Amino acid sequence: MSDNKSLLTIKDVYASIEEKQIIKGFNLDIKPGEVHAIMGPNGAGKSTMGYVLSGREGYEVNSGTITFNGKDLLEMEIEERAAAGLFLAFQYPVEIPGVSNLEFLKASVDAIREANGEEPITSSELLKQAKEACKQVDLPLAFLKRGVNEGFSGGEKKRNELMQMLLLKPKLCILDETDSGLDIDALQMVAAGVNSQRSPERSFIVVTHYQRLLDYIKPDFVHVLADGKIVKSGDASLALELESQGYAWLETHKDEDNIEG
Amino acid sequence: MTVQVEIDEALGREYEAGFISDIESETFEPGLDESVITRISKMKNEPEWMLEWRLGAFREWLKMEEPDWALVDYPKIDFQAISYYSAPKSMKDKPKSLDEVDPELLRTYEKLGIPLIEQQMLAGIAVDAVFDSVSVVTTFREKLQEAGVIFCPISEAIVEYPELVKKYLGSVVGRKDNYYSALNCAVFTDGSFVYIPKGTRCPMELSTYFRINEQNTGQFERTLIIADEGSHVSYLEGCTAPQRDENQLHAAVVELIALDNAEIKYSTVQNWYPGDENGKGGIYNFVTKRGICHTKAKISWTQVETGSAVTWKYPSCILKGDDSVGEFYSVALTRGRQQADTGTKMIHLGKNTKSTIITKGISAGRSNNSYRGLVKMAATADGARNFTECDSLLIGDKCGAHTFPYIESRNPSAIVEHEATTSKVSDEQMFLCRQRGLDPEKAVSMIVNGFCKEVFKELPMEFAVEASKLLEISLEGSVG
Repeated sequence: MSDNKSLLTIKDVYASIEEKQIIKGFNLDIKPGEVHAIMGPNGAGKSTMGYVLSGREGYEVNSGTITFNGKDLLEMEIEERAAAGLFLAFQYPVEIPGVSNLEFLKASVDAIREANGEEPITSSELLKQAKEACKQVDLPLAFLKRGVNEGFSGGEKKRNELMQMLLLKPKLCILDETDSGLDIDALQMVAAGVNSQRSPERSFIVVTHYQRLLDYIKPDFVHVLADGKIVKSGDASLALELESQGYAWLETHKDEDNIEG
Repeated sequence: MTVQVEIDEALGREYEAGFISDIESETFEPGLDESVITRISKMKNEPEWMLEWRLGAFREWLKMEEPDWALVDYPKIDFQAISYYSAPKSMKDKPKSLDEVDPELLRTYEKLGIPLIEQQMLAGIAVDAVFDSVSVVTTFREKLQEAGVIFCPISEAIVEYPELVKKYLGSVVGRKDNYYSALNCAVFTDGSFVYIPKGTRCPMELSTYFRINEQNTGQFERTLIIADEGSHVSYLEGCTAPQRDENQLHAAVVELIALDNAEIKYSTVQNWYPGDENGKGGIYNFVTKRGICHTKAKISWTQVETGSAVTWKYPSCILKGDDSVGEFYSVALTRGRQQADTGTKMIHLGKNTKSTIITKGISAGRSNNSYRGLVKMAATADGARNFTECDSLLIGDKCGAHTFPYIESRNPSAIVEHEATTSKVSDEQMFLCRQRGLDPEKAVSMIVNGFCKEVFKELPMEFAVEASKLLEISLEGSVG
């Protein structure tokens, strides 16, 4: 089912938080350049999957395998996964008071470059890239000097996540409900930022509760997650179907279409 | 690996200044009585009045009790088991220039990152290097003299400038002030003396670097800084000591006098040996620092405290003159079994006096970190203002942070504001940093540096960088 061209292969993963089973037999295969949307009702385990992939503490993988870019992802530390090109855009980005955005970006870019055997970025190059990124996500340049997410509004925090993504140039971006709490203008802007980063070398997992984000970010595949596993997969039209029918519709159809073996 | 384990590992660092210099020293036998004090005074060729002053302090000290109100716990100190004087033998003949100074001494300072050869030094910083009980070298003295600035070991000032010393020594911290200051008055051996003449802006940063080397020796330094009317000086002290299993006592007194319209900025980067993970060894740092501000004068204390097994220290300002300003900016980091009880006293006497207190306490490991501060508004302090902000950051769940603010206001027009916060290095912050590629050590050090930023920006540039690095080293292995 996966071949050597896959960027990410998740096979029959079971994962738990504090002994509570959340993910129950998750399978997914993503090739470079693909955009996969994961939708599902609250409590289905959408955010959990993002944390499992990024290696967050407390999220224990009980069985199954995850291969990322040919490597065993589950053997890697959080920062090693980041260095390998895995990026998680947080649903609720945390504040780091006193650490300026620019400092944070520099430390982050340098840490990832160092892990990949590259020289640190020069301050002037970083500043240039950061300014461009600011423009792209429509954040005033003054934000570069402000503390990371310190006093930012919900929308500003989301844009800030996107700015980090633009600078880190990951291979796989996981957007964890990036659309939540955004008005339509901000949503379009975030989508434009993501679309500008679509490339044959970069894949996306777009985790969302609502279909509306997918009006702007066109997914190649849509997966429906319910009770810890993918119960239905399809193309972009599946999202529209879900939108019109609601998740309850899923309950009546999941047995016949369950792709999970 | 849990976040706690990561932090613990990141804080498990080596103490880089822990080496011992192989220097032949002349050290007094342990013990303290009037004859020891007389001997110290003789060694320093002091005038009779100085000896009398010391003996007076000693007699007061004998009547005093060791204070026990601080939130620190350590075995009773045996003051008879300490040696009160130790000096490198090579210093006996008072080297006239750097060429005559024992190369091993110079190497010691070089290893600590303080080259004493003027050509190699950071431009614009003059250094007084105090090794155990004596000042080894004071650099750039001639250049400073051109500006009329006196910067020399206090032992020399007692002989050369007796009038200034007599007038100001003990004028801010009296002999009976407290237990450790009384002891210091009796047995102090060296330290720095600074005098900035009227209307003079000191042309360079002045700094004193204290090093304790000899075993079982107490260091009792005395610093006296006088900024005459309308003058300005920025002064920095740094301290380190070898890694030894025994505790060593450091009981210093610093007095600052800012006359009308003068400004003194006093910065400390304290990195005494903190003891090992289990609390064995380390310096007991019992220090009295106080300054007096005359009319429109300003004293600003900035301290970065990362070392010592036990710290007991409250740099304070007496705001005597109208419109005078006192500031206290502090970062205190404790880890392992370190205990710090530190803060400030702002005594507002004059009208429209202002004080600002910003403290950042960081506790890791099994350490205890307390802020203790007093803001006193006297009946005469019309329109006086204080703003206090005390922030504590906890790393892990076995450490403690405490805040003891005391406010006494006898003037209804005075305004006192106090803000306090306690936060933790959160799992979310660690996760965000690591998800962006930072290892746990870098993550903690970045979060802590951000927490301290308000204080670091008060330090002279070079030292802000140094302090930030020191914090990084201090945090190594503390991630958990």
